[in-house]
Amino acid sequence: MAEAAAVVAESLAGYRARAARAVLEQVVLPGEELLLPEQEDGEGPGGAGERPLRLNAGARSRRRVVCGPGLRRCGDRLLVTKCGRLRHKEPGSGNDGGVYWVDSQQKRYVPVKGDHVIGIVTAKSGDIFKVDVGGSEPASLSYLAFEGATKRNRPNVQVGDLIYGQFVVANKDMEPEMVCIDSCGRANGMGVIGQDGLLFKVTLGLIRRLLASDCEILQEVGKLYPLEIVFGMNGRIWVKAKTIQQTLILANILEACEHMTADQRKQIFSRLAES
Amino acid sequence: MEGATQTETKIRAESGIESGPRGPGCSLRHFACEQNLLSRPDGSASFLQGDTSVLAGVYGPAEVKVSKEIFNKATLEVTLRPKIGLPGVAEKSRERLIRNTCEAVVLGALHPRTSITVVLQVVSDAGSLLACCLNAACMALVDAGVPMRALFCGVTCALDSDGNLLLDPTAKQEKEARAVLTFALDSVERKLLMSTTKGLYSDAELQQCLAAAQAASQHVFRFYRESLQRRYSKS
Repeated sequence: MAEAAAVVAESLAGYRARAARAVLEQVVLPGEELLLPEQEDGEGPGGAGERPLRLNAGARSRRRVVCGPGLRRCGDRLLVTKCGRLRHKEPGSGNDGGVYWVDSQQKRYVPVKGDHVIGIVTAKSGDIFKVDVGGSEPASLSYLAFEGATKRNRPNVQVGDLIYGQFVVANKDMEPEMVCIDSCGRANGMGVIGQDGLLFKVTLGLIRRLLASDCEILQEVGKLYPLEIVFGMNGRIWVKAKTIQQTLILANILEACEHMTADQRKQIFSRLAES
Repeated sequence: MEGATQTETKIRAESGIESGPRGPGCSLRHFACEQNLLSRPDGSASFLQGDTSVLAGVYGPAEVKVSKEIFNKATLEVTLRPKIGLPGVAEKSRERLIRNTCEAVVLGALHPRTSITVVLQVVSDAGSLLACCLNAACMALVDAGVPMRALFCGVTCALDSDGNLLLDPTAKQEKEARAVLTFALDSVERKLLMSTTKGLYSDAELQQCLAAAQAASQHVFRFYRESLQRRYSKS
């Protein structure tokens, strides 16, 4: 009986927010509240009290902390909205408090400004193309947003073509808009993706992992066969090798990378290199 | 039966064990949960409670028909398919309850003019179906990465003719019970999100059932946490 009462008391005791620093690299669940480093001192009788009480408590340095994907600002705390690992990046310099974000595994893409994505042209209407990027609505791409395009010199884009571009407008209230030139007017690798090759879909987390600076998968794949590869942040990868068979092998390897450990991967690569 | 010496239910993903004789008190059936098992939906989960099993798939935020779009938040749709036969009125009413619960928890304002669709398929029904559907829907929403302000869970209580309280009743216990109450609770402060009741019960009994459900929900949330930690530890 006493145990049951204790259980009930614990469950109804209310929820204590934890310090963000204490939860770094751990799995956080939606609904949790995180305290920023400045708010940890003086946080209730059960708080850790990580800094001694200062006499000039009013002169706390206000550092700007950026709330990344998976976190929302709720009062002066961070509310976790997605499940994943909490990560933190120290700021390079200045008065910033760094960036906090939740690394979650997702398949569905939500357009974000500045992301480079691979889209499929679905319609041509007047001066704009409608491009499917995997989000909730198709993005619009103006025909003038290509390098060297003018009203007389239109780009050669047909329905069904693959486009590599970046978002200039992407928020929840407006239709996303993308362009195939950078801010200086140069293509910089963007535009229509050439003939042949294979487009396939993977999870967003895998793309981020492959594009990380310390990723060995790409280097190993490059040693295997000569290839052309384009990564879209919307989970789409386009790959092209000399023969169709090689292209398919590369596509299968990249899809399987999600679930393989490093050793399994090295085994497969060595087996393929021999054959 | 000495109910006072019951130990807390130990719940482990995929290999939970029951705590002991199902007498009065906090005793839930074996739980199991599997995520990301379907390749087409953006998120999917299968939740098992004893012999009751429900499969859930979530699509979203995706395109929505202009007739159904809401200008400032996401349109949430829930479809519940029974194991045999066509969906009927009972399914429709359960869909509505699940939808109201999800709408209270999902941050729809972040994705206006989109649709989030939850599809539930009953694989086997052995009592506490609505609670199992709620749990499966929550796990699937988390798997799909839909932003939520809290997790939620469903707990069913049954009151038998002697006034004894049974948590997570089987189909037989539900049929013989005087009243069956299902609650949906959120994870932050165990607040009540949804309640649906059937049968005859007094005011005091309702409060008692609610308190028992809140205590039991703690186990469910702990199970969610373990299950999700296991999932992220693999990567």
